[in-house]
Amino acid sequence: MIEQAPALILLFPFFASIIVALAGIRIQGVCFPITVISMAASVLSGIAILGQVVNNGAIRYRLGGWEPPMGIEFRIDALGALVALAVSVVGLLTAIYSKRQVPAETPDKISQYYTLYLLLMTGLIGMVITGDAFNLFVLIEVSALTSYALIAMGPRRATLAAYKYVIMGTIGASFYLLGVGYLYIKTGSLNMFDIHEQLIARGIFDATAVLVAFILITVGVWIKMAFFPLHAWLPNSYAYAPTTSSAVLGPLVTKVMVYVMIRLTFTVFGADYTFGRLDWSDIVVWMSVAAILAGSISALAQTDLRKMLAYLIIAEVGYMVGGMWLANDMGLIGSIYHIIADAFMTLCVFLFAGIIFTQTGKRDLNALDGLFTKMPLTMVGFLVGAFSLIGIPPTAGFFSKWYLIQGGVASGHWEYVIALLISSLINAVLFFRIIEIAYFGIKPAEGHGGHHHEELSEEGPTEASFSMLLPLLVTAAMLIGLGLYNRDIVAIISDFVSQFNFGVISR
Amino acid sequence: MEFFEAISAKFNYWIYVIIMMIGLYAMIAKTNMVKKLIGMSVFQTAIILFYVSIGVKDGATIPILYHDQVHADHHHDDHAHNGEHYDTPHGTDHETDEYGYPSRHAPDVVIDGDDFANPLVHVLMLTAIVVGVSTLGVGLAITQKLHREFGTIEENEIHDMIKSGK
Repeated sequence: MIEQAPALILLFPFFASIIVALAGIRIQGVCFPITVISMAASVLSGIAILGQVVNNGAIRYRLGGWEPPMGIEFRIDALGALVALAVSVVGLLTAIYSKRQVPAETPDKISQYYTLYLLLMTGLIGMVITGDAFNLFVLIEVSALTSYALIAMGPRRATLAAYKYVIMGTIGASFYLLGVGYLYIKTGSLNMFDIHEQLIARGIFDATAVLVAFILITVGVWIKMAFFPLHAWLPNSYAYAPTTSSAVLGPLVTKVMVYVMIRLTFTVFGADYTFGRLDWSDIVVWMSVAAILAGSISALAQTDLRKMLAYLIIAEVGYMVGGMWLANDMGLIGSIYHIIADAFMTLCVFLFAGIIFTQTGKRDLNALDGLFTKMPLTMVGFLVGAFSLIGIPPTAGFFSKWYLIQGGVASGHWEYVIALLISSLINAVLFFRIIEIAYFGIKPAEGHGGHHHEELSEEGPTEASFSMLLPLLVTAAMLIGLGLYNRDIVAIISDFVSQFNFGVISR
Repeated sequence: MEFFEAISAKFNYWIYVIIMMIGLYAMIAKTNMVKKLIGMSVFQTAIILFYVSIGVKDGATIPILYHDQVHADHHHDDHAHNGEHYDTPHGTDHETDEYGYPSRHAPDVVIDGDDFANPLVHVLMLTAIVVGVSTLGVGLAITQKLHREFGTIEENEIHDMIKSGK
């Protein structure tokens, strides 16, 4: 059983989606339990995979028993196992959160919603563990198509945003497909590891087609991850989608695409090619500086809570792209650690935004007026997420930023370090503004007398239901846990990073 | 003259770029949402043309082997790009093949990779066509939902409606 875990992590949500699609139309009550059980099984498989990878090294799983260059294989190394586990855990937590939200927001489409949700998880987990470049394209499209539909289930603005996402997302995926085509012309292979071996064996790194493939793939993936100039689809999509959709898409889609970028850059093209032959590190790091600053400053201008968080995602994508392109091991470790940390901190704040929207019915920051007294547990969960986004120890966000800054210093990219610090300060401004509104209220003229508060708390919003609070608090606990156990996680990541000898690459 | 040779030698690749740019133009410049989706479809079709062009070889035929060709000695040809990874499923020392037929050794029948078009890219495009169709389907469904909610599929009119707060 345990040697089948690489397939099972993907097949649990996949078969569950079929069951939900068939049975859920008749018996709607069956959708939620099946979703949660299948995601829990997926998490268990993820844990089994991680254990196996840490103990025995990378797993190669041959689908259908075909030999790798011909057949499709799943190849899971330390990086893939960590990200796959993070993806399935986020999927499980959001599934629990969805118990009341989905019937409330899309009452006539419960089984359809869960079918799409499970297919999205299949696509995202598949993207992380697949070792085949064309298979990756199909899985990108599986997750993209389901996320278009999940966003379009929201109100009017969400539908328009979903339409723009369809157009942008298709351009991104098509660029990726074209790039894979050029690689296939040169190497005759679609297996990522085999492509790399062929590129070396044939000595064709200087070929124009390889350069074109690199540019097409990189730009395609950048569109998909909303890297700054190509981010236009993201803010409205995540701000207006149903709360469950933005709670699962916000943390996962961009982060998994960053993983795909790291995977393609290092596994397919190789660190020597990307940082040695193409000396683009400086340009891309400057682009990421622009992304960080643009995302943070745009977030500062928002009054809508979820839109503000969506712009923060754009800034976070800048962190990770910049960290990878710093071309040293600290930057790469920070970038990978930030994928996991950011998945959970984005989940934390999006779950919070969803709870606030459900309990108060308002989208803007004023909804938070005096919530500390009315919803203490929710606010505690939020505080941890906010501290993590700002980068206050011992949350995970501090440690990932610490590694990123170390990488920036080591490679001499001071502009990146400064951008990170400015962005952290802006995050502090953003979140302390929220904390102020939530703690002291927004009506200073009326004073904060106890009398006033008691009066409000009788009619104001109350603590959310258990199914919504539990994922938020678990996520908050995980953020602290990830921070405290950062050395263990970094040890696993270093396993992956140490195979690229950054010191040797001539620059 | 060299210019024309450069174009005519890689004719299909030029066409794919042109078709792709037509699609991209429609996706960016049109305001009608269905026209944008048609542009998207054209864009994806151009990629299919590109992939199909990869598999073409001069004077090659469809990649279907006759029975006696399959069970003859395989001749590996590196020219088929992936030739060196090709592991024969049935070694020549097999007594019978998977259907129970006795393996026929006919060393005079030689399979040359150059004689057959590359089937892999065509198979890939079957998947890509399916993906393209489903993307178009989702796009049209979203357009329909937009029409139900806004009463129009002109993008600028929808933007005006949102700005005026309707």
